[in-house]
Amino acid sequence: MSLVELHAIHKSFGELQVLKGIDLSIDEGQVIALIGKSGSGKSTLLRTINGLEVIDDGAIIVDGKKISDRDADLLGLRLQVGMVFQQFNLFPHYTALENVMLSPQVVKKQSKADARKVAEEMLIKVGLADKMMHYPDQLSGGQQQRVAIARALAMKPKVLLCDEVTSALDPELVNEVLAVVRQLAEEGMTLVMVTHEMRFAREVCDKLVFMHQGRIHETGDPEEVFANPKTPELSSFVGGLA
Amino acid sequence: MAYAFDFGAIVPHWELLLDGAILTTELTVVGAVVGVGLGIMGAWARASRTPVVSQIVGVYVELIRNTPFLVQLFFIFFGLPALGLKLTEFQAAVLAMIVNLGAYSTEIVRAGIQAVPHGQLEAAQSLAMNRLQIFRYVIILPALQKIWPALSSQIVIVMLGSSVCSQIAAEELTFGANYIQALNFRAFEVYFIVTGIYLVMSILLRMVLKVLGNYLFERRRHV
Ligand SMILES: Nc1ncnc2c1ncn2[C@@H]1O[C@H](COP(=O)(O)OP(=O)(O)OP(=O)(O)O)[C@@H](O)[C@H]1O
Ligand SMILES: [Mg+2]
Repeated sequence: MSLVELHAIHKSFGELQVLKGIDLSIDEGQVIALIGKSGSGKSTLLRTINGLEVIDDGAIIVDGKKISDRDADLLGLRLQVGMVFQQFNLFPHYTALENVMLSPQVVKKQSKADARKVAEEMLIKVGLADKMMHYPDQLSGGQQQRVAIARALAMKPKVLLCDEVTSALDPELVNEVLAVVRQLAEEGMTLVMVTHEMRFAREVCDKLVFMHQGRIHETGDPEEVFANPKTPELSSFVGGLA
Repeated sequence: MAYAFDFGAIVPHWELLLDGAILTTELTVVGAVVGVGLGIMGAWARASRTPVVSQIVGVYVELIRNTPFLVQLFFIFFGLPALGLKLTEFQAAVLAMIVNLGAYSTEIVRAGIQAVPHGQLEAAQSLAMNRLQIFRYVIILPALQKIWPALSSQIVIVMLGSSVCSQIAAEELTFGANYIQALNFRAFEVYFIVTGIYLVMSILLRMVLKVLGNYLFERRRHV
């Protein structure tokens, strides 16, 4: 059984149909890259998996349990599925360490000492042992994004969703964040990432999902898909990048 | 003949002014603390997903912001006894100030909340925090920090507005001044002095609020 299963997910914003029936299963330890043109629905899909967008139709099944849009279900879903955003979204009034400690303390009711221990472990993991007491505005974009990753990880999610986590970064900072994601993948973390870093997708991901106009247009092993795109849309997308 | 100023005529009544200033301070402190608390709750309720709740708060805010403070005060002091709610002058004055500041600060705090980047809310949601946790740990402090100057001004306005409470014989500073003036007809002198007292009180209040703001929003590590 897959960790997360999406069945016929539909989502519209007013008249605009953004997701037109998405089926996707995410297996434990799998690293999935979501690619596609701007507006193809990648972010929206990711956000539905985290309950940030309520779906109009279809089903999200996590660990065999169907998620409804009741608050309790959504909170339960988010305990299993973490998310990292393009814009870091750190809480400006907390230090890096406090950012990471906050949710384990208030949501999981961990003691301060326990939360701190986990937070320190996660910040060390993302290479920020020396920045724990810094506030977000005292950190570079790359460092902020690594704090955001540590913050999501501290909740011990089963799946981590990453929406273009390097797109807001200066080019020289991209690699330090990708290195962290790569390390997570190697450690067996289940990841779904929207990315424009095709080389990274190729090297790190097990499965490539190409979205086009609200549908999964083509999917498969990254090497394979890149080498032999079966649809003209994917070949032009891949060609356009090269 | 020109008017002969006699500030000495006020001196025997200095205690009236002191008592008045103390009462004004009490009204302001209670009114500000409870009023801002009410405003924070109002801002929270205004963002409620239950439309009725949000609408009720909306009506309250508009009602208060579009009617004179004096009328609100009279309504509470002279009107409410008809409903069996009889308040002392002080209680009525402080309630009027709370209700008034509550409405204005609801709107001010709401503006602060809206200025918190949406991404931070989503990040907090994705960390499985519920609405109240998000409000308490993620939103309210940065929101208050953004609107602290506006909120401080509103508190000063409410302190100055408390002079109106002399009209229901709440024995605050303006009441003291009116009283002295009625005794010795030294209107110029007494209101001149009272103006100065209000000015000093306003400046002090602003300073206190600034220090309080610095304390609240100071980067204080929690661990
Ligand atoms: N909250 C919203 N309200 C209305 N329309 C929205 C909303 N969110 C997204 N959309 C629209 O849905 C479509 C898909 O958006 P989405 O963000 O999922 O695309 P994307 O594939 O992530 O694109 P990009 O690569 O630019 O991030 C777009 O046309 C977008 O304008
Ligand atoms: Mg997107």
